[in-house]
Amino acid sequence: MSLDPRFLQYPQRRHGMDHDRYAWSMLETRAPIAWPDGRPLALWINVCLEHFPLDAKGEGFKAHGSMTMPYPDLRHYTLRDYGNRVGVHRVLQALADHGLQASFAVNGEVAVRYPSPLRRIAATGAEILGHGWNMDHVHFGGLDAARERRWIADTLAALSPYAPGGIRGWLSPARSQSSHTPELLREAGLGWCSDWVNDELPYRFETAHGPLATLPLPLELEDRFVIGENLHAESEWADQCIDAADFLHDEARALGAGRLLALNLHPWVIGQPHRIRHLERVLAHFASMRHALWNAAPSAIASRAHPALAIMRPERTLPYRAQAPRSGPLP
Amino acid sequence: MKPDPGLYDYLPWDARPRIEWPGGARVALWIAPNIEFYEYDPPPNPQRKPWPRPLPDVLGYSTRDWGNRVGHQRMMRVLDRFGLRGSVSLSTAMCVHHPEVIAMAAERNWEFFSHGIYNTRYTYGLDEAQEREMIEESIATIREHTGQHCDGYLAPALSHSEHTIDLFAEAGGTYTCDLFHDDQPTPVRTRSGRRFVSVPYSLELNDTIVYVVNRIEPRRYGQMIKDAFDRLYAEGERSGTVLCVPLHAYQVSHPHRLRAFEDALDHICSHDRVWKATGREIARHFLDHHYDAFVAAAQREAA
Repeated sequence: MSLDPRFLQYPQRRHGMDHDRYAWSMLETRAPIAWPDGRPLALWINVCLEHFPLDAKGEGFKAHGSMTMPYPDLRHYTLRDYGNRVGVHRVLQALADHGLQASFAVNGEVAVRYPSPLRRIAATGAEILGHGWNMDHVHFGGLDAARERRWIADTLAALSPYAPGGIRGWLSPARSQSSHTPELLREAGLGWCSDWVNDELPYRFETAHGPLATLPLPLELEDRFVIGENLHAESEWADQCIDAADFLHDEARALGAGRLLALNLHPWVIGQPHRIRHLERVLAHFASMRHALWNAAPSAIASRAHPALAIMRPERTLPYRAQAPRSGPLP
Repeated sequence: MKPDPGLYDYLPWDARPRIEWPGGARVALWIAPNIEFYEYDPPPNPQRKPWPRPLPDVLGYSTRDWGNRVGHQRMMRVLDRFGLRGSVSLSTAMCVHHPEVIAMAAERNWEFFSHGIYNTRYTYGLDEAQEREMIEESIATIREHTGQHCDGYLAPALSHSEHTIDLFAEAGGTYTCDLFHDDQPTPVRTRSGRRFVSVPYSLELNDTIVYVVNRIEPRRYGQMIKDAFDRLYAEGERSGTVLCVPLHAYQVSHPHRLRAFEDALDHICSHDRVWKATGREIARHFLDHHYDAFVAAAQREAA
């Protein structure tokens, strides 16, 4: 038994990365970032509003949270739907109670199905991010570019009524990309994306159509991952969020360099009645750090960190109104 | 296939020669940061998929890249605080991709040992000549970029063949990290008959096993390390023990995890009879002072 000789060949072994998407650099050796008013820690809270279809196809792969039981998997469909009916309102109330702002990454189909929470969110002026059509439309390696382009366009079209300032940021379902997702996002007029979790501060990401920014949104601290995949207790998740905030605050002070705490939330997880008080404890801790925190919208954070990318709006944008929002599964 | 790897003899915990560490230490503590490179698009191994999702697996790749961009510097500051040198389990392609990370470890007088070339190139399916080529190339890269002789080996992604340990011994190595059968160094039998040992490397306290496989809470991980240390420290009064904490910057250095690890080091380093060692130092001390007695004891046990 032996392997093909190419298994012992290393054509991409060179200084830097083994691809051309971004330049290699270490966070601590970059020029320090200063947030407004000299605050050490920027805080970005993002809330995902997601739709998990009952007839999940799992093309590419099934996102965590998708249907797992024989059809019709009513238990998981309704547990996810709970987030959009009940959970989101608890999360919105908790944010308001603590005077904190969040962005909302929304599946296009959620906006079509449930305009009411979108109207409430839009009324607060919160930033809306594209989050793909639904959680059964993952942008996987091998996905045809024409289909993917249409999913992105339909998502932005569905969300645009709730984003009068335009949509600049994107989070793919399950943080999955095809090999051409970055090009399609840039082509669609987006300025930044949060799929890559390889940093803690924004950095420049190359596409064939010009740069995007990456604004990292950590996977390993989000409620869905810690509670839903690791099966940690809610109180443990809250401890982890608080530990992260304290750690980054202290590091920023010690190094004289701004740090970013980005926390991703899912109302279908944290909006349950037995969980919401743990989010409230986390938010209360953030509120207690108010004088050290810059709680901002993600596009503001990305622009502040990367003035060179502050354009965040390539010249070319798609005519969003040209395509009517759809509610059915896309081809 | 063999029913037993045949690498070491049974030696009961309560019937061994006494191990004495330098300075009368009870525990030899070594910290093994894995400094790894995972490829974006590796050639597919027939027996193990490098990434669970269709390529590009952005989530898997970028999770590990975080360690190189953010995690190492943060972890180094913590180890510096306690005067701990790392023994680096190195994907040797890192010397080419990210020599800046290697330089930071070298400045700290850390040890480098081989963990293969990439952590997405597995041993599975390699014939003996191919595996020898891979091992020898990794050793040569460490020599070229750090000036160090590579004494230790941890197979890439813990992927082995029946020849792995024999081949590494023949290439001039003296210790393996791939065996988890003991809390003390153990003589290891190789076909060349060279003096070769296993240095305990823990899977149970390996942060990736803890966080990715066993999905343990950060503070509980810190407590596990403290508990392991307390027991090995107590037992080390009778005969020296080894505590290894294998790390991956992409796991332990996260803001919600690092302080719990730092607390554990604080606890360990508040004890005075701890030998802050490297893998190479433990292997050499054992080879120089205890190897022969352990071999003789195992022969008596077998008889």
